[in-house]
Amino acid sequence: MRATSLIKALPGLVVLVALVVLPYVTVTIPGILPGRVNGPGSLTLLATCFIFAGFALSYDVIFGRTGLLSFGHALFVAAGSYLLTISLSSWDLPLPLAIVVALTSTLVLALVVGGIALRVGGIAFAMVTLAFAQAASIIVLRNPGDLTGGEEGLVLDRSAIPQLLVGVHNAPYRYWLALGFVVIAWALVALLVRSRAGHAMAAVRENEARAAVLGYDVYKVKLLAIVVGALIGGLGGIVHAIVLGGSTPHLTTTEFTLALLVMVVLGGAGRLWGAVIGGFVYHYLDSRLVEFSSSSALGAMPDIVQRLLGQPLLILGVLFIIVVYFAPQGLTGLGARLLRKERA
Amino acid sequence: MSELILILATGLGLGALYFLAASGLSLIYGLMGVLNFAHSAFMMLGAYAGWETMQRLPDGMSVGVRLVLAVVVALVVGALIGAVVEVCLIRPLYKHHIQQVLVTVGLSLAAVAVAQAVWSADPKPVQKPTWMASTTDIGGAHLPNDRLLFVVVALLVFAGLMALLRYTRLGLIIRAGVENRTMVEALGINVQGTFTIVFAMGGAAAALAGVLYSQYAGSVSPAQGGSLLIYAFIVVVIGGMGSLPGTAVAAVAVGLVQQMANYYAASGVGDLSVVLLLAVVLLVRPASMKGGHA
Amino acid sequence: MNDETSAPPVETTRSPAPVLTVDDLHVRYGGSHILQGVSFEVPATGVTALLGRNGVGKTTTLKSLIGLAPRTGRIVLDGEEIQTRTTTRIVREGIGYVPEDREVFGGLTVEENLRLVDPSTGTDAPIVQKLFPDLVTRRAQRAGTLSGGQQQMVALARVLLRDNRLLLIDEPTKGLAPKLVTEVADVLAEVAEATPILLVEQNLPLVRRIADTVIVLDAGQVVHAGSAADLIADQELTRELLGVAMRRDGAA
Repeated sequence: MRATSLIKALPGLVVLVALVVLPYVTVTIPGILPGRVNGPGSLTLLATCFIFAGFALSYDVIFGRTGLLSFGHALFVAAGSYLLTISLSSWDLPLPLAIVVALTSTLVLALVVGGIALRVGGIAFAMVTLAFAQAASIIVLRNPGDLTGGEEGLVLDRSAIPQLLVGVHNAPYRYWLALGFVVIAWALVALLVRSRAGHAMAAVRENEARAAVLGYDVYKVKLLAIVVGALIGGLGGIVHAIVLGGSTPHLTTTEFTLALLVMVVLGGAGRLWGAVIGGFVYHYLDSRLVEFSSSSALGAMPDIVQRLLGQPLLILGVLFIIVVYFAPQGLTGLGARLLRKERA
Repeated sequence: MSELILILATGLGLGALYFLAASGLSLIYGLMGVLNFAHSAFMMLGAYAGWETMQRLPDGMSVGVRLVLAVVVALVVGALIGAVVEVCLIRPLYKHHIQQVLVTVGLSLAAVAVAQAVWSADPKPVQKPTWMASTTDIGGAHLPNDRLLFVVVALLVFAGLMALLRYTRLGLIIRAGVENRTMVEALGINVQGTFTIVFAMGGAAAALAGVLYSQYAGSVSPAQGGSLLIYAFIVVVIGGMGSLPGTAVAAVAVGLVQQMANYYAASGVGDLSVVLLLAVVLLVRPASMKGGHA
Repeated sequence: MNDETSAPPVETTRSPAPVLTVDDLHVRYGGSHILQGVSFEVPATGVTALLGRNGVGKTTTLKSLIGLAPRTGRIVLDGEEIQTRTTTRIVREGIGYVPEDREVFGGLTVEENLRLVDPSTGTDAPIVQKLFPDLVTRRAQRAGTLSGGQQQMVALARVLLRDNRLLLIDEPTKGLAPKLVTEVADVLAEVAEATPILLVEQNLPLVRRIADTVIVLDAGQVVHAGSAADLIADQELTRELLGVAMRRDGAA
C-alpha cells in the first residue's frame, strides 16, 4: 500500500525537486522563457505562474469542490494583498503581525460576504458575489484616505520585509517563496478533500437535497468552502504582494475573478492538478503570447492577424470555449482520458 | 428645488440606460436561465458598430441623422450577433446552465480582446448632435437633453416590449416560458426558435444601450460594456430576475440612488450605495430572488 | 441493455395493434437507476392504468415517454420509433401530456393557457365548449387564482386542443374533493371514447370505473399486467402489488 502510494506520488515529487533546483540552471530556452532560466525575468515569471496556480487551487475549493459559482473570489485575494501592504506601509506593523491582520480580515470578510450571499442560491448567488467584489473594487479605486493608492496601486514597504526577499539578485528566494506557497496550497486542498469536510463538500456539489438528507448542514458546508478558499486565496494575495513588490487594483476586478474561473475550468475543475496546471498555463500564456505574436515568425502575416494574435485573452477565451465544449473535464481530464486509452 | 429636479432627471437618465442594458439580460435569464456575460460584448460591439457607421457616413450629413442611422445599424448588428451566439454557442449546451454561463464568460473575454486588436484600447471619441449637448428648461432647472432622450427611448422600448409580451403569440410563449419552460415544450411548442428570437432582441437592446452609453460617456472603448454590465446585473437581481416591470422599477431606483448619493454624499458613494441597496433587498426579501432556474 | 433485468413484453388482452410499445426502458438520474428495463404495451383504445406504490417510477415512466427524462430503450408510437426525438416533436407526433400537479401557467389567463396550444380557437374550440363549460365562463381569469379542480380542467383542456394519438395523464384527481374526482372521471371517460389514455392514478375506485387494462410497476420494473377488473377483484393480489386493498363496495 505504502509502496504504491509512493509510486503514485513519485512524478509529483520529481517535478517538485526539479522546480526547487531550477534557480541553479543557467541555460537559456529561447522563446519559452525570457533570458536565462535562472535569470530574474524567468524566475519572476515562473513565481507568478506558481502564485496563480495557488489562486486557482483556492477558487477550486469553492467552484470545483463544492459547486458554488462565485464571482467574488477576487475580493479575498485582493484583501490579502492590500491589507498586507497597508498594514506595512500605513500602519507600520511588523511583517508577522501584518500577515495575521491580513488573514484575519480576509476570514471576517469571507464570513460576512459568504453569510449574506449564501442566502440565495445558484445564479443569484453568482450575481451577489459579483456585486460585493465590485463594491470592493470601487473602494480600492476611489483611494479613500490615500490608503489604497487608487489606480496606481500600492508599493510594498521594502524595509518591512526580510532583505532576502528584496532586490533583483534575490529573485531565487522570491521564486522559492512562491513555490512554497503553491505546495502549501496543494497540501491544504489535498488534506481538505480527504477530510470529513471535504466529503461533505463533494456531497453538496453532487446533490444539495441529498446532502441535506444525509445530515449535512448545507449552509455551513458552503460557508466553510468559501472561508477555506478565501484564506488560501488571501495567503496567495500576501505572497503575490511580496513577490511582485506591491498591490495592484487588477486583483480586485471582475476580469480577475473571471480569469480564476477560466483557469480552473481550463485545467479541470475539482482536480488538484487541474487547478495547478490551469492557473500556471493561464498566467504563462497571458504573459508570453504577446512575445510570440511580435516574434519574426509571424512577420509575414497581415497586420490585423498579428494584432489579433497579440491579444492573449482572445486566444485564452477561445481555448476556454473549446475546452467547455469538447473537454468538460479540462486539460487534465483530457490528458487522463488519453493516457487510459493508450494503456487500453 | 431646481437642483432636485436636475438630480432626479439625471438619475432617471442613468436609470434609463440601465434599463436598456438590463432588459435583454432579464428576458434571456427569465426565459432560458442563462446569465449572459456576453451581454457586455453585445453592448460594446453595438457601440462600435454605431461609431463605425457615423465615421463612414459623409460629413455633409447632420450629426443627428448620422446618429439615427448608427442606431439602426447597431440594432441590426446586435440582433445578428445575439442570434448567432444563441444558435452556435448556447443551443448545443441546452440545459447545461453552468456551461452556458462559462461560454458567455469566454465570449466576453474574447470580444474585448478582439475590440482591442481592431480598434485599440484607446477610447474613440463620438460625435454628439448639438441638440443633445444642450439643455431644456423645466421647472427652473436646465436639464441635459441627452438624459431626456435616454428616458424617452427607454420608455418606448419598455412600452414596446410590454406590448409584445401582452399582445403577440411570441410574447405569450415568452411569458409562459418564463413561468415554466419545460411545460411549454411538453405542450408541443417549439421553444428553441423563441430562444433565438429572445437572444436577438436582447442583442439589439444591448446594442442600443451601447450606442446611447457611448453618447453619455462621450467615447467608445473596449471595456465600456463590462462596467455597464455589472449595474445591469444588479438591476436584474433587484428587479426579481426575469420580470420586465420589475427590471424597469429597479433600473429607476438604482439610477436615482446612485445619482443622489453621488451628489449629496460624495462622488463614488453612489456606486457603493447601489451595492448596499442590493444587499438590503437580498436580506429583506431573499424569496423574490430564488429565480426558478438555478 | 442487460436483458436479465427486463421483463418480457406484456401480452395484452386485446388483439388490435397497440398504440404504444415500450421495450426495455431505462432511466438513470444522477446516481440512481429509476427505471430498470420497463416493457409494456398500451392498447389502442380505452384507459390503461399505470399503478404502483409511491416512488416506483410511474411519473418517471410518463416523463421519459415524452422525453422529459433521460432514457434508453425503445419507444414505438404507431410503428414509429420516437425514443430519440425531442419533447416538442413527440408531442406534435400526437402524445398529449398532463403532468402531476397540473402545471398550468398561473400568471396567464385561462384563455391564454389554451391559446398557447391552439392560437386560433382557445375556449372557442368545440371540445372545450362541450366538456369544460365552466372554463369558458372563466376565460379571462388568471389560472393561478383557480381552484385545484378548475386548474386540472385547464390542464386537460389544453392538451385536448391537439389531435392526440395517446394521452399521458398523471394523477389527475390528486388532492381533489370527491365531487370533483367524479367530474374529472367523467371527462376522462368521455375523452377515452376517442383517444387511448395511459393514466397514473392512486384512486382505485376510479381505476375500476374507467380503466380497462392495468400495468403495475414495482422498484422500476413491470410486475403485473392484465385486465383492470381481474386485478381489482383479486384483493389478495391488489394488496400484494399495491399495499392497499379496496373495500368490496369501493365507493368513490
